Amino acid sequence: MLLPAMPKSWYLPTKPHKFCPGCGHGIVLKALGEAVDELNIQDKTIFGFDIGCSLLAWDFFGCDSVQTHHGRTTPVMVGIKRSRPELICVGYMGDGGGYSIGSQHLLNAAVRDENITLVLVNNTNYGMTGGQMAPTTLPGQKTETSPFGRDPETTGYPTKGPEFIAAITSDSAYVARATVSKYKQLKRYTKNALRNQMENKGFSFLEVLSTCPTNWKTNAQQTWNFLEEEMESTFRLGELKTPFGKGVK
Amino acid sequence: MEKIIGETKKAFITGNEAVAWAALAAGADSMFGYPITPQNEVMHYWTRISPQYSRSFLQTEDEISAGFTVCGAVQSGKKSFTATAGPGNVLMQEPFGMAEAMRLPLVAIIQQRGGPSSGTVIYSQQEVTLTAYGGNGEGHRIVYSTSTHQEIYDYTIKAFNTAWKYRFPVFVLGDGYQAKMREPLEMYDPEDKGIEMITPYPLIGLGGKIGVDREPAHFCNIYSMEEELYDVVMQFEQDYEAMSRDVIEYREFFCEDADIIILAHGVVSRAAEDAVLILRDMGIKAGFFRPITLRPFPGQQLRDMLSQVKPQKILVAESAMGQFAKLVKNEIYGENIPLETLFKPGMGIIDHDIVEKVRSIF
Repeated sequence: MLLPAMPKSWYLPTKPHKFCPGCGHGIVLKALGEAVDELNIQDKTIFGFDIGCSLLAWDFFGCDSVQTHHGRTTPVMVGIKRSRPELICVGYMGDGGGYSIGSQHLLNAAVRDENITLVLVNNTNYGMTGGQMAPTTLPGQKTETSPFGRDPETTGYPTKGPEFIAAITSDSAYVARATVSKYKQLKRYTKNALRNQMENKGFSFLEVLSTCPTNWKTNAQQTWNFLEEEMESTFRLGELKTPFGKGVK
Repeated sequence: MEKIIGETKKAFITGNEAVAWAALAAGADSMFGYPITPQNEVMHYWTRISPQYSRSFLQTEDEISAGFTVCGAVQSGKKSFTATAGPGNVLMQEPFGMAEAMRLPLVAIIQQRGGPSSGTVIYSQQEVTLTAYGGNGEGHRIVYSTSTHQEIYDYTIKAFNTAWKYRFPVFVLGDGYQAKMREPLEMYDPEDKGIEMITPYPLIGLGGKIGVDREPAHFCNIYSMEEELYDVVMQFEQDYEAMSRDVIEYREFFCEDADIIILAHGVVSRAAEDAVLILRDMGIKAGFFRPITLRPFPGQQLRDMLSQVKPQKILVAESAMGQFAKLVKNEIYGENIPLETLFKPGMGIIDHDIVEKVRSIF
């Protein structure tokens, strides 16, 4: 079978997209696009895009969308979902937006079991602003604001988002971590994170490990090695919480 | 529109309760809020009354979230509002900025408390600059400064219509006195006063098949080029100027033959009104001018009055260290009338204070 090159729910007039070569966002957005297509929810899906590299996707989909402020995508999605429960609300953000400046929104939306889906792209740094240290930066990793490597003694250890969200959400929440290096798993988790909202089960959270060669200052091989070896050994992949049963496809 | 009040009736209630009833009568679908004194009772009444009319409430994790959830709610096509004060107003400047940038019909009730910082929970007029010009923008907002419970009720209803008609964020600027005191007022359903409430409409979630029936609705508040942002802001400015003529409200009292014009806004204008009568009894020809909209400011109206009346002096009285006076001076630049001030930051001003001040300078 010949598959189309781009998901139907992508908005073609804004392609090619604006992400750097080697960036993982395109893969995450492809999984989202295919998931939206297969679940047939394009016309009722509302995307919210956070500030950071995420905002480059503000007109990415053939879906209604709102670009918000740094860290504030979660409350905007909460406001829309509570007002129009028939809409499928998907917040798209980076690790800085979700785990740092927007962490109290993330935490409280999770505790309230808001029936929204958040997709958080973890590339271990603030990409848009030029590669500063993020909550997810690995110990020893050099960034613009940790030029000698992140020192956990003074700046702590990387934030493990799904683990913390899993600990505070209801049993019917969906919490998972995927990676752009394993596309089939990424797409399956993405669909589950959307299905969970469609079935009104509650809060759905998907972290996706992603690449940032521009700010990591890595070539293709180094980029992939950092993702698969360094990141995936610190951030464990899998579904931490799923009402669908683990491993269900 | 659903009838909330039924037969128009007199009530003796706090300003915060008046806000809750007015928002219901105006057809507000939801309130998002975070506790802060002196606005708490807006939420207390809303949470008790609104479920009977299938309206909703969410106590958010902070004021930032309250403002942004309102942004989301109005984008989805529902009338929604919040209420805050002081440090909460500071935090809400971020979502208010987004409402400005994306022309969202957000409504916020501000019950001013003392500042800076946590200040007092009681009263002030120190949130004028913040409410009118807060954020990293140009103050494309509409600010009604109310002085009585009746006005709190009237302008809360009006705020929803102004917001949805012109798509600028709208603020009802009250204060701790207006929030917490009880006062008689008349409550009514807007239709019974001939007020037609605007039906809200969605900006997203528009229905239909995207790509067949319509294009997707994409909204942003960030731009790549200086020129893009410039065009957007200049369009806002043009729209703002155009609607100002219809939105500006003010009140004049005994100005025609006045030797001294007292300028005040909000609850202090009540003291000014009383002071004018007392001063007139004393043989001093006083009058007062009160902007009801601080944004847009009735600048031309003020200048016209001054050039016609030619008072010997102007007195600006406010419960802040000149925030209102700055707005006034900005508008009357070039006028050659001595300007006196009565500034009491975070303190109430009564008629006697104004009378004393006028006598000391006149």
